[in-house]
Amino acid sequence: MSDSSPARPPASARPHAPARAAALIARAEHAIKGPVWGCQMCGQCVLHSTGLTCPMNCPKTLRNGPCGGVRANGHCEVKPEMRCVWLKAYERSERMPGWRGHIDDLRPPVDNRLKGTSAWVNLITGRDRQLPAGWAAGADVEP
Amino acid sequence: MSNLERKLAAGEFVVTAELPVIDGGGQGEILRQLAPMRPFVDAFNATDNPSAHAHCSPLAVAIGLIQAGVEPVMQLACRDRNRLALEADLLGAAMHGIENICCLTGDDVTAGDEPETRRVFDIDGPQLIALARVLEGGRYLSGRSITPPPHYLIGAVENPGAPPYEYRVRRAAQKALAGARFLQLQICYHPELLERFMRVASDTGLSERLALIPSICILRTVGGMRFVATQVPGIDVPPETVARVENAGDAEVECFEIAYELACHALAQPGVAGLHFISFRRDAGIAKLCTRLGIPPRLERETNGYSASVAV
Ligand code: SF4
Repeated sequence: MSDSSPARPPASARPHAPARAAALIARAEHAIKGPVWGCQMCGQCVLHSTGLTCPMNCPKTLRNGPCGGVRANGHCEVKPEMRCVWLKAYERSERMPGWRGHIDDLRPPVDNRLKGTSAWVNLITGRDRQLPAGWAAGADVEP
Repeated sequence: MSNLERKLAAGEFVVTAELPVIDGGGQGEILRQLAPMRPFVDAFNATDNPSAHAHCSPLAVAIGLIQAGVEPVMQLACRDRNRLALEADLLGAAMHGIENICCLTGDDVTAGDEPETRRVFDIDGPQLIALARVLEGGRYLSGRSITPPPHYLIGAVENPGAPPYEYRVRRAAQKALAGARFLQLQICYHPELLERFMRVASDTGLSERLALIPSICILRTVGGMRFVATQVPGIDVPPETVARVENAGDAEVECFEIAYELACHALAQPGVAGLHFISFRRDAGIAKLCTRLGIPPRLERETNGYSASVAV
């Protein structure tokens, strides 16, 4: 990327402008995604695979589908007045052509350091796809 | 390799049961709780603060079960521990030869008697399954190595009786993909929902890859039935079933009949790998139910073989 250009000082030497820009983008992002999708600014957006339903509104902040406590009327175990977030996610994802089936993917643990940062910036930099170093070790185990 | 793992791999019918919670009384209490059901059960679940009520820790109880000469299934829930603590308990289990683990998301703290507690849920159930696999791969999440790596028989739970019903088998498949090899299914008082789940699991080939073990709960009183119907998250009991116990001359006999009927129905489903029994107090209910169902004691099954179809 452009950061490799020798004419520019290293990123560490000019922290203020990019940090301010990122904060500004985060605010803009929240202003849009907050009212529309109830975005909680986890900084690692998965809305496309959850039928545009923010899983961070689940009181257990589950990233991989509904818990076993969903009530018979489809409401949340923890907040009986609220419809289960994952029920909504499931129904909506079934209606989303391109991303149908993505709801079944295993989403990795949340990186708690990203809370409050802009998922848009993290998407561009790839930071939102940075997994714990050991995460891949599980894939090699014989089932 | 645990006995449970060997049996599941060989396609043998398994019987698991919940050890009632342990509070005081030490090892003697574990032995007392085990006594009435011990001959019938292949492995006992050491529960992890069920319904968000604090009890002896699952790791401590699982060690106690090994000392008592039986095989544990250590439950681990995501409600009370962050990923560091879960990794530590999984490694602690391996250190003591505990291989059977059952990964849960966990009931919310609001279901318990200390609802003011901070809920953790740093990771979720499917991620916990994957985490156990990461450890088996010889790494902590950080990438730091573990030599030699631990070995587990990773299990989890699923609830065929909670919406969205048609999605539950896909969620079970997601858990299999993450590394689960057995699922203990939540108690289900709607036989048609269990039937639907088992049929889809069988049609999609999931029950070939994942051992599905329905749970049967033996209650004894009207109060117990009402408690399960109203207080346990994710369990819906039809009003007719509650009324059956309320109107019965002998509630205990009626509860047993209900458990028997549900167990017969579960055994008749395609792809049932075994049954998981839950009885909230120390009594001979589990042994009695196994006998009535025609499920022989463990040693007899191991010597003479047994196939569930005999029972139905
Ligand atoms: S019922 Fe749904 S929204 Fe409520 S805690 Fe469970 S998964 Fe989350």
